[in-house]
Amino acid sequence: MDNNLDALTTIFTEFYYWVTVVFMFLIHVGFCVYEVAASRRRNHLHTLMKNIMVIPLVTVTFFFFGWWIYFAFPNGPYIFEGKGLDFAAASGARPWDPLMGTNLADHINGVFWAAFLLFSWTAASIVSGAVMERIRSGAFWLLAVLIGSVAWIIDAAWGWHWDGWMVKYLGYHDAYASGVIHAIAGGFALGVLIVLGPRLGKFRADGTPRDIPPHNPWLVTLGLFLIYTGFWGFYAACNIPLISPEGIGGQITGTTWTATNIYLAPTTLSAITFNFLMSLSGGLMVAYVVSKGDVFWTFSGGLAGIITASAGNDLYHPIQAMFIGAFGAWAAYKLHYWVERKFKIDDAVGAVAVHGYAGVIGLLIAGFMLWGQPSSPYEGYAAINPLGMFIGAIIMFGLLGFLPGWIMAKILNGMGMLRVPAKVELEGLDFETNQAYQAAIEDVVAAEKALVNAV
Amino acid sequence: MSTNGMTDWAVDLADVSAIYPFQGTEFLLFIAGLVFWIGWHWIQLREEATELQHELDADETGDLAKASIERY
Repeated sequence: MDNNLDALTTIFTEFYYWVTVVFMFLIHVGFCVYEVAASRRRNHLHTLMKNIMVIPLVTVTFFFFGWWIYFAFPNGPYIFEGKGLDFAAASGARPWDPLMGTNLADHINGVFWAAFLLFSWTAASIVSGAVMERIRSGAFWLLAVLIGSVAWIIDAAWGWHWDGWMVKYLGYHDAYASGVIHAIAGGFALGVLIVLGPRLGKFRADGTPRDIPPHNPWLVTLGLFLIYTGFWGFYAACNIPLISPEGIGGQITGTTWTATNIYLAPTTLSAITFNFLMSLSGGLMVAYVVSKGDVFWTFSGGLAGIITASAGNDLYHPIQAMFIGAFGAWAAYKLHYWVERKFKIDDAVGAVAVHGYAGVIGLLIAGFMLWGQPSSPYEGYAAINPLGMFIGAIIMFGLLGFLPGWIMAKILNGMGMLRVPAKVELEGLDFETNQAYQAAIEDVVAAEKALVNAV
Repeated sequence: MSTNGMTDWAVDLADVSAIYPFQGTEFLLFIAGLVFWIGWHWIQLREEATELQHELDADETGDLAKASIERY
């Protein structure tokens, strides 16, 4: 920061990311509120603790190795073709590097790390809701570390990095994370659910599904409202707020500064504000109609709308974003119930549909809508195209989502560590805590009544 | 070929304005958006009328309504 403009830009950028982190905290608050509200009373505390412990476990592992993965892995499969891991670029993300601490020579690493970390929590938290009321906490926390500090950040290095191989060679474009967060988390959840199995009582003897209503529908919607709010921070965090053409160092000429997406290609905060709200609205409107006014699905449909349009929300026209969001919400709703009936998958909160299917559909749509547009400001990168986006969707949902989730769940299940015993599931995961709570109440009530007679 | 006319970023940003795909279709998009919005109201009003009829049919005697009032 050797001149005033440089100092202003640096401090503005530092503060910008810091604000996005605070906003994104609301996503986790929302997920916790929503998940507890969707669970039954006898599982509340366990459900809450399962999700809240994502925060410390993913945070420390993301500090230890997740952040390093992002800078070391952009070459992806090309590590086998002599390009290797990028140790030089990743040196500042080693947990023992001076840049990973209090350091007056760097203002960005900590806030940028935190912005990515909050995405990590979100990826894990998406899985958390789907598997609730029967998974062991210990198993879930291992799965949370796998997706939050390994799988998603590999996909970010591959497809959400200015130098990622998927961007260079496939023309992959996923500006607000339809694939890199939502499709991967949905795919991961599906892989775990297949091994974990449905909650007891979810399916009748003839295989038809029962509805297991949330204990508090109003609180479910409050949780989703909070997720919407945090989503604003998520969108802003996906942008570089202010950078000069020299700072980008690509093909752009002239001296006009700009905001960019994560690929350093120009966009504006105004554009994504238009498109966030229009895709939310398209999703809400269609989800209301298709679910016949169901509260849970209307709110979730709004989320699905944003998620579907997110891949290209830096470039779409707002009305295009609205229609894409509308389609995504319709598809997520239909696919959720079709998969539930056909394959007996008990996704307790519809996470696979709202995040996974909507995310994949969003990638496929972006491939056509943005066909031929540059994926990057750098020369020699593949243009955005349907085939590249299709392959990208398979990598996100299948290779880095479904497969690691399924394999890890298989291992945990083989060791008898995945699912709680059936009797515990039926009596409730908080059974012992609730018994102790009731006993403590009876004890203190009896003691106080005795004191009334004594005083 | 590109859906927004740009095939690379070798441009001066001072010369660039709209970059959304399929420029020139804005008015058609607007008309389609209006149809979507009006259509939503039409479908919603029809569905709500059906739902209200179901509510009426569900309690012909009024006993359920009284129980509902008591629950507040």
